[in-house]
Amino acid sequence: MQRLLTLRNARRVAQVFFFALFLFFVFVTDLRYLKGYPVSLFLELDPLVGFATAITTHTVYMGLIWGLLLILPTLLFGRIFCNWICPYGILHHFTGWLIGKRRAEERERIESNRYKKLYSLKYVILIAMIAAALGGTLQIGWLDPIALFHRSMTTVILPAINLFFPTSIYVRQYFHVGAWAIGFILLFFVGMNVVIPRFFCRVVCPLGAFLGTLSTLSLWRIDRDVTKCVDCDLCLKNCEGASDPHTDLRKSECFVCFNCIEDCPEDALSFKFMPSLKTEVTAPVVPRRRLFLGTLVGLGFYAFGRTSGASDRNYDKAVIRPPGSLEEKGFLDACIKCDQCLRACPTNVLQPAVMESGIEGIWTPILNMKIGFCEVNCTLCGEVCPTGAIQPISIEEKTGTGKFAAQGPVKLGTAFFDLGRCLPWSMETPCVVCEEVCPVSPKAIYSHEVTITKRDGNPITLRRPYVDPALCIGCGICEHECPVTDEAAIRVTAIGETRSHDRRLLMDGGVTGATPDLEKRDR
Amino acid sequence: MANDSSQPPANQVDRREFLWRLGAAGALLAGSAYAGVKLWEPGHVVPGFQKVKGLQLANYALAPSTILPSMAIAHGTDHEKTIRAALGALGGMGRFIQRGDVVMLKPNVAFDRPPALAATTHPDALRAVAKLAFEAGASQVIVADNPINSPVGCFFKSGITAVASEMNLDLIYPGSNSFSPLELNGEILKNWTFFSEPFKKATKVIGVTPCKDHNLCHASMTMKNWYGLLGGRRNQFHQHIHSIVSDFALMMKPTLVILDGMNVLMSNGPTGGRLSDVKPMNTIVAGTDMVAVDAYGYTHLLERDLAELTYIHKAHDRGLGNKNWQDTLYKEVQA
Repeated sequence: MQRLLTLRNARRVAQVFFFALFLFFVFVTDLRYLKGYPVSLFLELDPLVGFATAITTHTVYMGLIWGLLLILPTLLFGRIFCNWICPYGILHHFTGWLIGKRRAEERERIESNRYKKLYSLKYVILIAMIAAALGGTLQIGWLDPIALFHRSMTTVILPAINLFFPTSIYVRQYFHVGAWAIGFILLFFVGMNVVIPRFFCRVVCPLGAFLGTLSTLSLWRIDRDVTKCVDCDLCLKNCEGASDPHTDLRKSECFVCFNCIEDCPEDALSFKFMPSLKTEVTAPVVPRRRLFLGTLVGLGFYAFGRTSGASDRNYDKAVIRPPGSLEEKGFLDACIKCDQCLRACPTNVLQPAVMESGIEGIWTPILNMKIGFCEVNCTLCGEVCPTGAIQPISIEEKTGTGKFAAQGPVKLGTAFFDLGRCLPWSMETPCVVCEEVCPVSPKAIYSHEVTITKRDGNPITLRRPYVDPALCIGCGICEHECPVTDEAAIRVTAIGETRSHDRRLLMDGGVTGATPDLEKRDR
Repeated sequence: MANDSSQPPANQVDRREFLWRLGAAGALLAGSAYAGVKLWEPGHVVPGFQKVKGLQLANYALAPSTILPSMAIAHGTDHEKTIRAALGALGGMGRFIQRGDVVMLKPNVAFDRPPALAATTHPDALRAVAKLAFEAGASQVIVADNPINSPVGCFFKSGITAVASEMNLDLIYPGSNSFSPLELNGEILKNWTFFSEPFKKATKVIGVTPCKDHNLCHASMTMKNWYGLLGGRRNQFHQHIHSIVSDFALMMKPTLVILDGMNVLMSNGPTGGRLSDVKPMNTIVAGTDMVAVDAYGYTHLLERDLAELTYIHKAHDRGLGNKNWQDTLYKEVQA
């Protein structure tokens, strides 16, 4: 009878636990269930997030300090995170088992788990991302497994589940602009497990490369007793990391899955404290010129992205950021595109940017008022943001009430009327839905009653709406509720956002005729 | 494997290596823990509403004199002679500039225009002031402005670049690193991006300004000239232009201002564009009180009613100068 209390089984228990915990956090990131659960815990534990944001922002933001917790087991045991904790690694482990070479002949499985030079690519990817961060743009979110998996869950998996099983996830179906691309990337990485087992983890993963570099100093590792080994290579049969346990172990590649120990018929492999450096490949093997090339690519990404101007003078009117967002360059310094904010957003207004904020800002959150609007009394996006790209402002700070009356509300942009599309302005038709839904008090949208002579000669009295820019907070509910739904007759654009001094509209925050008693604000 | 008695077996580590590896792992752990805790940011901010710490601009003005005039009006036809006469009436450039001073000259080079259109500081005026500064012992003369139009074109076509190279002046362009936040408690102007680089070394500041009509605020003279020291979204200033121009008088306390009324842009300002917009008035006004100088310029050079020039009254009421120039100690001379 097989023993139950094996290291492999302990690992399986951990995998089930952490994967379930991840799914639980993803599921409860919802206004209805979010009761203070640390839903961004995996992102905060991810030391690459803490490390890379420390480079760009010069701070370790709030919960990112938890990343330190993961350094200890890595320095003790190596990349144990990759096969015990990482939900994305577990996904690939499982799908690889499901669709991969499970039923293949033993020889083929052994061959598929030998180390290949291609596996050093992840170190080049990591160095490119660090170089980009040193230049001044944070791009780890493209491939950081936790950010990538959260983004895929939010924009693809959950909406797909809800599509097949309506109301299982959302009351109303959520949409995410360009989700298909994120979906295909997920399918690609899953599907590649057929060609190369653990393709993402072995070839692409920058977090794996980061932990692999750290594990150079790790104290424990798999060690082969050469006096017992008969060179049967069976240890490779289920080797997850392709770390060559059959010879000198490649320490930086080993996922510490313990399959090799269990598979060895001769008991030649063991997990040992500080075996000699002479019988291991201690550090990752990467050609220097590849690292140099990676550095150039990273710096180039920053330079080409920045000089395209999307974060500067050529900023797009559609780049309306969530409430509490840092000023654009600071935002790009901090956002890891994990899209936790999109998951938390109760109105679906937050959308992954496509090219609106340039190549640097792909999949960062922007507001799309056609799909949703920013709920005034809501700051969930800032609550769940792991990196502080969206600061966890309070409702009072957001609305500029109470102690914050003097600084005024956080504005996301400003609404402008398109008079040619507006029913009372151009079509002799009463409307002013926009005024009705405007949530600020006094209302930023007001109207004057006019009596006009219609085309048929009869008079009609209707109200024509205006925007008071001093009061408008750019929430976009006017645009969302406008009956002209294809291109609303009132639309919010980014100008006037308070997060950036350069993108404000009114010099002093606005003096408004609507409220003579409203004290002039501090700005 | 042959076992050498002096070497440990290949699969074991010796004491030195043991300590070294334990130390390296421990040091990396301790180092990252230290860095992490050191950089830890446990709080949050409301972006855009943080308190901005900024530069506090020095006061470049002299102590007021009870004997020497604070304003001089000189009439003449030659820039240099007339400016010399005006400075002479004030007690000479030596009153304002001492040996070793680094003098920052602020011309108005806002637009890409030739000198004849009188939309920019005339190169002859700048040359004359620079010459007087050097004669008084200035060790260095800086010329700087942040134009509306493209800086290189403005300096080049207004003739300022040529004067700078001829006189060996330091022309400072408004590069992207030349700005830093300024702290000011103005009526409207607070914490604005400021063209600070020229002020790193300057010990004296002289404004050399054309006298111009202005579509929005009626006139652009010595007070309005400091607009060119600001960066950022200046197009917002127009929402409160009179408050802003009077805030300039709070922001900048110059050593001296010189209003060039030799050729005055009477209409179609501040850009002008036709010679018929320009009228020769053959006057230089120099003084230490911008409000007084601009009041004279508005009534005697632009020949208009001071009552409509709101910013002058604001500045006067805020105690930033005296709009009743006749009540100040002034002198009128012929070059």
